[in-house]
Amino acid sequence: MLNGVFEWEKPLVELEKKIEELRRFTKGKGIDFSAEIATLESRAESLRQDIYSRLTPWQKVMIARHPRRLTCLDYIDLIFDDFFELHGDRTIRDDPAMVGGIALLEGRPVTVIGPQKGKDTKDNIARNFGLPHPEGYRKALRLMRQAEKFHRPIISLIDVVGAYPGIEAEQRGQGVVIAENIRQMSFLKVPILCVITGEGGSGGALAIGIGDRILMLENAWYSVCSPEMCAQILWKDTKKAAEAAESLCLTAQDLLEWNIIDEIIPEPLGGAHRDQKTMAMTLKEALLRHLQELETQPADELVAKRLDRYRQIGVVW
Amino acid sequence: MLKVFWGKQKYVTIRPREASSGPVADGLWTRCPACSSLLYTKELTKNLNVCDRCSHHFRMGAWDRVRHLLDSDSFQEMDRDLKGGNPLGFSGYEGKLAKSRETTGLTEACLTGEGRLSGYQLVFGAIDFGFIGGTMGTVVGEKVSRAFECALAKRLPVVMVSAGGGGARMHEGILSLMQMAKTSQAVERHSQAGLLYIAVLTDPTMGGIYASFASLADVILAEPQALIGFAGPRVVEETIRQKLPSGFQRAEFALNNGMVDAIIERKELRKVLTRLLLYHDRGGDSYAERGV
Repeated sequence: MLNGVFEWEKPLVELEKKIEELRRFTKGKGIDFSAEIATLESRAESLRQDIYSRLTPWQKVMIARHPRRLTCLDYIDLIFDDFFELHGDRTIRDDPAMVGGIALLEGRPVTVIGPQKGKDTKDNIARNFGLPHPEGYRKALRLMRQAEKFHRPIISLIDVVGAYPGIEAEQRGQGVVIAENIRQMSFLKVPILCVITGEGGSGGALAIGIGDRILMLENAWYSVCSPEMCAQILWKDTKKAAEAAESLCLTAQDLLEWNIIDEIIPEPLGGAHRDQKTMAMTLKEALLRHLQELETQPADELVAKRLDRYRQIGVVW
Repeated sequence: MLKVFWGKQKYVTIRPREASSGPVADGLWTRCPACSSLLYTKELTKNLNVCDRCSHHFRMGAWDRVRHLLDSDSFQEMDRDLKGGNPLGFSGYEGKLAKSRETTGLTEACLTGEGRLSGYQLVFGAIDFGFIGGTMGTVVGEKVSRAFECALAKRLPVVMVSAGGGGARMHEGILSLMQMAKTSQAVERHSQAGLLYIAVLTDPTMGGIYASFASLADVILAEPQALIGFAGPRVVEETIRQKLPSGFQRAEFALNNGMVDAIIERKELRKVLTRLLLYHDRGGDSYAERGV
């Protein structure tokens, strides 16, 4: 990838550049190129459809990792009217790889949580590349319990390759924390909306991913582990990640078929990064619609249905 | 005779035999990987697969766990016929399943059933590392969940011996990940009824199994030196690009960091489980009478 352009998009991007040039020419020199522009435009459109309608699972994984893909805080900024960030797990420290707080969605208070990737190298280092430590998950759980206390719905925006694999993370019980989150989230008496916005990797995603509705962006991926790790474990070769992505059935389309997710949120053609605002608005509409459905249900019924949903997964006999 | 053996053969090949009875050499001898002592295999098996020189705990198959911990002939296996397929169509998975079935004599990586331990009726489960590394796919998830549901319905305690190298089973992708949710929920519903769950973590208990039902027990015991953790040591090493401290993710590390209640040697395990069951017994048909 060069300057945020993928190899497979190059012909399209070059065409788009040419169109832009002609437009500038028309404006600057007053020569009418509108016919040429129209021809090129239609060619670009068909190229766009052609390229983006047959993306491989691995290409989707790369789109999900695009450096300009919206982060959790981007969505919070674009979707919610107001946001007050809450920090810390009350045990060790505040984990910058996980953010959370209270936000207003069309006037109604909700609790939003989600892993936060960095915007650039410096930010990424500060945020540990969006890989949370146990305290990050503990913070998320604290905020979710708080949401339950005040009857606020929970919105979990998930974009995480996995929980951080480090010495301190293991010392502080990464596995135990994930299990604890899964257990407690399953029984929370408020509506929980989860959205896989980019990457959904392993227990690190599931630890904030138990909900009443699981939505997934068109080019997001969600699986038992990242394609690289799968390739490493099964074939001892991370270069086979593309092959692993194929085998893991990790795309939104696969997951909808398996009833793991409820809805695919369409992305702007080429990926969410190509039109951030439209992306955020599409997601906002879906959040409001699902929230409205969930809020009419009594809490006990909500939890019973949630448990039933997971109980049915993998029953194939 | 021993001298001849030492001189001629440096290594002994260890191949799992039928019915997964642990480290059995093709020959009569097994070499301890910890202290390099050459052990008479029959003696080793009699010693619960523990080296009598350095007390290294070899891995143990699921059926051997049943034989070791439960009262003889008390075990009634549940859901033996539960067999999964290859839901994702993952290449090579069927072959792996078939091979594991052959070498372990199990239908899946998890063995569950009802039995008695020192007279206490309970639901017992054991994960067998010999079956695709003791990983959790849909069948293991389902069997573990059903075990807890059965225990809940009959108001029985659960003892679960876990071992799982990779945790979740890669070949079943997202379906495998979701078993973490399913099993954790089954554990919690059992727990909410005031019933006891004791987990025994054995070498290795990692990833998805550790990050779900294995660490949600009321009492967590671990065998000495068992590898316990979320991310595999190789992944951690590659991520942080430095050598891992010795003893990293071993049972003693987990104990020091507050992640397990106690480390129990295998030969003491049955006694300790009996004590714990006794502490939670209120006499007679206790579990039926206790209420919540």
